[in-house]
Amino acid sequence: MAIDAATVRKVARLARIAEPEDRLEPLAKELSGILNWIEQLAEVDTDGVEPMTTSVETTLPMREDVVTDGGDPAKVLANAPKSAKNFFVVPKVVE
Amino acid sequence: MAELTSLTLKAALDGLSSKSFSSVELTRAHIEAVEAARALNAFVVETPDRALDMAKASDERRARGEAGRLDGAPLGIKDLFCTEGVESTAASKILKGFKPTYESTVTANLWRDGAVMLGKLNMDEFAMGSSNETSAWGPVANPWRTEGGNANLTPGGSSGGSAAAVAAELCLGATATDTGGSIRQPAAFTGTVGIKPTYGRCSRWGVVAFASSLDQAGPMARTVEDAAILLHSMAGHDPKDSTSLPIETPDFASFCGKSVKGLRVGIPKEYRVDGMPAEIEKLWEQGIAWLKEAGCEIVEVSLPHTKYALPAYYIIAPAEASSNLARYDGMRYGLRAEGANLTETYENTRAEGFGAEVKRRILIGTYVLSAGYYDAYYLKALKVRRRIADDFDQAWEKVDALLTPTAPSAAFALGQKSDDPVAMYLNDIFTVTVNLAGLPGMSVPAGVDASGLPLGLQLIGKALDEGTLFSLGSAIEKAADFKAKPKKWW
Repeated sequence: MAIDAATVRKVARLARIAEPEDRLEPLAKELSGILNWIEQLAEVDTDGVEPMTTSVETTLPMREDVVTDGGDPAKVLANAPKSAKNFFVVPKVVE
Repeated sequence: MAELTSLTLKAALDGLSSKSFSSVELTRAHIEAVEAARALNAFVVETPDRALDMAKASDERRARGEAGRLDGAPLGIKDLFCTEGVESTAASKILKGFKPTYESTVTANLWRDGAVMLGKLNMDEFAMGSSNETSAWGPVANPWRTEGGNANLTPGGSSGGSAAAVAAELCLGATATDTGGSIRQPAAFTGTVGIKPTYGRCSRWGVVAFASSLDQAGPMARTVEDAAILLHSMAGHDPKDSTSLPIETPDFASFCGKSVKGLRVGIPKEYRVDGMPAEIEKLWEQGIAWLKEAGCEIVEVSLPHTKYALPAYYIIAPAEASSNLARYDGMRYGLRAEGANLTETYENTRAEGFGAEVKRRILIGTYVLSAGYYDAYYLKALKVRRRIADDFDQAWEKVDALLTPTAPSAAFALGQKSDDPVAMYLNDIFTVTVNLAGLPGMSVPAGVDASGLPLGLQLIGKALDEGTLFSLGSAIEKAADFKAKPKKWW
């Protein structure tokens, strides 16, 4: 299935990646090339096959519902682009 | 003391234990080698002061009779592993300056056993690549060059820095990770040994995530035994990773050199792909002959869905990546590129921070997971993944392990394939099936091609049966007697 520039614009928006207008066509071409190659999966008969999400067939382990870590805001904020008074500073979210 | 850097890890540990030299001496020799090899661009961060502190502490432990399994051995760490207080960027601009306040479980296990960190190793950005060219810090050069040639070749990827550093004798061994072949293909391209263990052997905690259902850490080293020693320390259950297996770690080194007589080794006929160079075909035949001579029974097997593994991978891995990499939003760590509002800040941050290949994969992943395409692409790929895993299960009824080439070519020139994503993806044609099925796979250097470049053979084992791979791997290593080394040009 070929992807057009409008689809790339939409997907880039979903992925929160700014793509300039002049990149949309070339990207559409690249992504279409990859997806055309992927299309060969249609040849495989997968009727009645269970999707495989993991190679580790175990149930997730349970643990005690207790606090095991935390209480160190300085560590949490150590790499923040902006922080103040033990908070992350982010752009205004509510107008 | 150049000779100290030529030792195998095993020989170095023996030398430390017999007090032939100290860890400080051994570490200093490696620091000098690292500094003299900057032309390779293998290290993105060098930590000589920390290395010497760790070496000193190791010598003191040894003097007290408290030496651990790896005590005093200088290693390199792939930049995908978070290391406390030391910049960890996954070779991406978006993580420039990021200094984790915690240590990955795998590296913590190495330090627990006394290892010394020389620094962080270059790689493809977020481990997405097969040539190391997607690194934001520039490609790594393979220490190997064609005979008489002076063009820089790729060390493979994504663990290209690990492979180059081990091959160039800058460290005794290195950590690496493998999502579709990122340990085994670079090992083949640099004449080193690399093993991706069974999914769940090594904890993924503190390893920057690419595709969580496929990512697995493993070692790169110069001998099969060295790889076994390293994996022993790296592996082990970790409650902080729910996919880490709650099982004992065997003493992998004890399997090296064990007789392989009577083992049934499968040769999957679907791995004879069109256009495979005659030299690789010949090497494979040679590998079969070696294992026959060692007493193995060779059995032809069929893995009928092999050709669908790469296309399935290029849905599953980008899908998981698009989700995993959503965390890089410029709010809590890493790069922030301001915009007029919150959404624009996200979009600018990610446009500026991610490289072209990473963006490409995020876009594909976002597309195949988006409304209307999920069933046709993502669900379909998960079903094909099951078919691929079933193929292996059927093979295990007849054989104990499989022998294949590791990669469809020797190392190629930097820049040769970077314009064609699908041509680049085809590098992983023999390695990616193993990740989808969660199985262990090892690459062992087995010979050189006509231009003098190393080639590797891959062994694939049953889940949790790394032991058999170490036995077969050391049988091939012994028969191949691979002694070639890259000629020093750096």
